[in-house]
Amino acid sequence: MNTLVLTKGVPDFREGKVSFDEDGHLERGKTPTVMNPNDKVALQAALQEKVRHGGTVSLMSMGPPGYKEVLREGMREVYADDLYLLSDREMAAADTWATAMTVTTGIATLEESPDLIVAGFKTADGETGHTGPQTMWCHHMNDRLPDRPLLTHVVALDIDMEEGRLRAKRLVSGDVDEIETVETDLPAFVVMDPEFEPSYRKADHRLRYKDLREETKARAEAFEDHLTMWNHEDLNLDPDFIGLDGSPTIVAGVDPIPKGPAEREATPVSPDDDEAMNEVLGELTPFAGGD
Amino acid sequence: MTDEYEHYEAIVVGAGPGGAAAAAALARQGVETLVLERGVDAGSKNVSGGLIYAEESAPYTIDDLFPAFREEAAERPIDEYLIHNIAGDKVKTFDLDRIHHHDTDWCDAVLRRRMDSWLAERVHELTRETGGGLLTEVRVNGLLREDGEIVGVTCDELDPIKADLIVAADGVNSELARDAGLMNWDEPEDWFQGVKAVVEMEPEVIDERFGLDGEPGAAHLFSGDLFETVRGGGFLYTNTDSLSIGTVFHLDSLAAERAEPHELLNALLTHPLLDQWLQGEYEEREYAAKLVPDSKKVAHPSPHQGRLLLVGDAGGQMQAQGPIIKGMNHAVTAGGLAAEAYADAKTRGDPAKAGELYERKLNSEGVMDQLRPSRYRATRAISESGVVTGVGSTLLNSPVGSAGLKALGGVAERAFNSPFLLGMVPDSRMSYVEIPIRIAEVLGEPIEGEGGTIEPPKLADRIGDLTYDVGDPHIELIDDSYAASGTAVTACPVSAEGFGGGCYRDERVKTNGEEKHLVSLDTQPCIECGTCAVVADTHWEHPSGGKGVEYKRG
Ligand SMILES: Cc1cc2nc3c(=O)[nH]c(=O)nc-3n(C[C@H](O)[C@H](O)[C@H](O)COP(=O)(O)OP(=O)(O)OC[C@H]3O[C@@H](n4cnc5c(N)ncnc54)[C@H](O)[C@@H]3O)c2cc1C
Ligand code: SF4
Repeated sequence: MNTLVLTKGVPDFREGKVSFDEDGHLERGKTPTVMNPNDKVALQAALQEKVRHGGTVSLMSMGPPGYKEVLREGMREVYADDLYLLSDREMAAADTWATAMTVTTGIATLEESPDLIVAGFKTADGETGHTGPQTMWCHHMNDRLPDRPLLTHVVALDIDMEEGRLRAKRLVSGDVDEIETVETDLPAFVVMDPEFEPSYRKADHRLRYKDLREETKARAEAFEDHLTMWNHEDLNLDPDFIGLDGSPTIVAGVDPIPKGPAEREATPVSPDDDEAMNEVLGELTPFAGGD
Repeated sequence: MTDEYEHYEAIVVGAGPGGAAAAAALARQGVETLVLERGVDAGSKNVSGGLIYAEESAPYTIDDLFPAFREEAAERPIDEYLIHNIAGDKVKTFDLDRIHHHDTDWCDAVLRRRMDSWLAERVHELTRETGGGLLTEVRVNGLLREDGEIVGVTCDELDPIKADLIVAADGVNSELARDAGLMNWDEPEDWFQGVKAVVEMEPEVIDERFGLDGEPGAAHLFSGDLFETVRGGGFLYTNTDSLSIGTVFHLDSLAAERAEPHELLNALLTHPLLDQWLQGEYEEREYAAKLVPDSKKVAHPSPHQGRLLLVGDAGGQMQAQGPIIKGMNHAVTAGGLAAEAYADAKTRGDPAKAGELYERKLNSEGVMDQLRPSRYRATRAISESGVVTGVGSTLLNSPVGSAGLKALGGVAERAFNSPFLLGMVPDSRMSYVEIPIRIAEVLGEPIEGEGGTIEPPKLADRIGDLTYDVGDPHIELIDDSYAASGTAVTACPVSAEGFGGGCYRDERVKTNGEEKHLVSLDTQPCIECGTCAVVADTHWEHPSGGKGVEYKRG
């Protein structure tokens, strides 16, 4: 069972880490880059499958050389057997489409085609949620790659290695959230929902999880030994179709959406004050119908 | 379905000293052993006063099983051992050197979080080699049975697991021992309640104030009238950079006197005698409490059923040898013997005989006689009766009695040092309260300190300082009438009469003109000491794995 997880670095939006300038623009230089939190969920899913079925977990990203640290973070804090970074100047400033093109070529260049590709649900900075599905699309267009069914919003995974089948639970949001159970053949491509939590109900699995966590922490100390870097030439990519030149998306502008004022006028009322409480009830009565 | 259950040759429930010893000994015999511990870390649920003994006569000691134990997991050796008999502003100190060193190879002060988590790492390494290992944050919630036979365990976090041997080392409130019907939590007189504060103090300050020189530390015990008439005593042990100060009381006395455990601890902390060491400074790092079994009454003579063997507190194997509390060492011995019994039974081709062999070893190695001395059984009936206590105290208080004491001062000290006599000591007010008071009155010298120079934290702050990750309520109040469960309002170490922030509160509810006296329970601040399982009418369970209170020191 070989799994590939796709990831991206994002600014660390946590309190105390993130830094904005006076106009409220993110200061990239002052804000540390970390692994996109949703991708950790994807990595957790890959680790769960490794615990249950053995095999390998690979972690791949496209980005500047500094993303090595992002890959290392994934290796240390969740798990990875090996790391792949697709990186050079030509790939810079890519939109989701150019990223998907590049990543797909990276996947096609892997020695062994993974049984499962896992992506996280949207990144914390771009928030498009496109890259996973678009990589899948590019995948279909690449005749070096096998067809893979795409499953999104996955909250639970169950793989039957003998049958080569994958059963997944999907969170379908609507008026009422529903859980849909779907089955498909491997190889497959899944996008994990942030609600996913790995489940280990067997002692043997928890023991193996513990072993693997120890191993991966030790491996992260010398992570460069497990890192492969590819540039556009290694991947045999035409610079016109990647990076900024290969990006059809133009972001025309970003408008902040004003939020309601945080302070409102309020009249405190003690629940013991019958008269005041009656007034409150009086004011509320017109809305009691529910509309 | 059954065939899908996981199977390990042995399962050990609980990673305290008993479980750690059993698991290490099993692993050394090559038995595939799985250890399940409910805390986020081994030791995060555990409290002890803090002196672990290695007895010369014991077939297993902790350093036999874990060679680097003393250097890496313990605080410091304890050499000096004194008891202070207190009456008002007088004290008579006896040196208990002889009883402390009797049958003692060594004795170290420990803090349980550090000790147990160190043990757990070793245990995991050892058991992993057998194909098993140690898992934390797993709560075993019962026994798995097939056709009425015990075949494994069930857990909150894992699917059921089968095993050929199940060692219940799950401590004083063993859910497995109760599930098997081997132990019950009915009688307050079968238990003690221990309460402890870990107090910060710089190593040099400790050495200076206790007159210590380097490694070996000191133990001080307290008895007499500082706790009014509640039966029990206090202790103070020196660690490396902290002190463990606490109390151990008979639960029946605590319940009957409606005493507040945290106030008894405060009575000790603020006593003038402690001024010499605290000198007006007091930084409490942790407040903790736990039930302690009294082996004289509850050590199960036959602690096994089918594949299930009880080890340590789970089987009531906690010996109060007069003021000396020996639980950890016996848990270690029992763990080693349980493993040995299983290996022997397997060699004989009948692993099912493990329980029987275990029982035989507890007897032949003399463990059972230490836990349940026949002398105590023989003398208990008369010595605990009110008549004897009455006659005894009359005698003590008479001029004849005090003249005798004066003449026999040295003998009294020797009597305190006699393991033989201590084995007979009745659990009456006479031995805990009245004798020490008379000793102090007749032989004592004035105490120099003033007392009250430090201010212990309020109960609300003590609760607030503890770390919790509260899950669903794990205790259910079955009978909420004050008559049935009201004792818990005072006996619960994190509740108090008139205090709203604890677990138990008493309430007067008016219905139809009738006023009812009720008790309500909020398990949020619970420190899982187990007291209300005995003194109130509850359905008592431990929280799920990783939930509930987390001790950082223990
Ligand atoms: C205040 C106080 C002072 C004491 N002083 C001393 C002293 O000075 N010297 C001494 O030798 N003894 C002392 N004792 C007694 C001593 O602490 C115990 O006898 C000893 O800890 C017993 O060891 P054990 O391994 O049997 O159980 P424990 O140490 O209680 O370990 C039981 C383990 O099982 C785990 N567990 C429980 N239920 C479950 C479950 N359902 N599933 C999974 N895991 C579970 C617990 O989390 C715990 O880790 C003192 C006790 C107290 C409270
Ligand atoms: S609620 Fe019960 S178990 Fe919890 S701390 Fe109070 S007495 Fe102990």
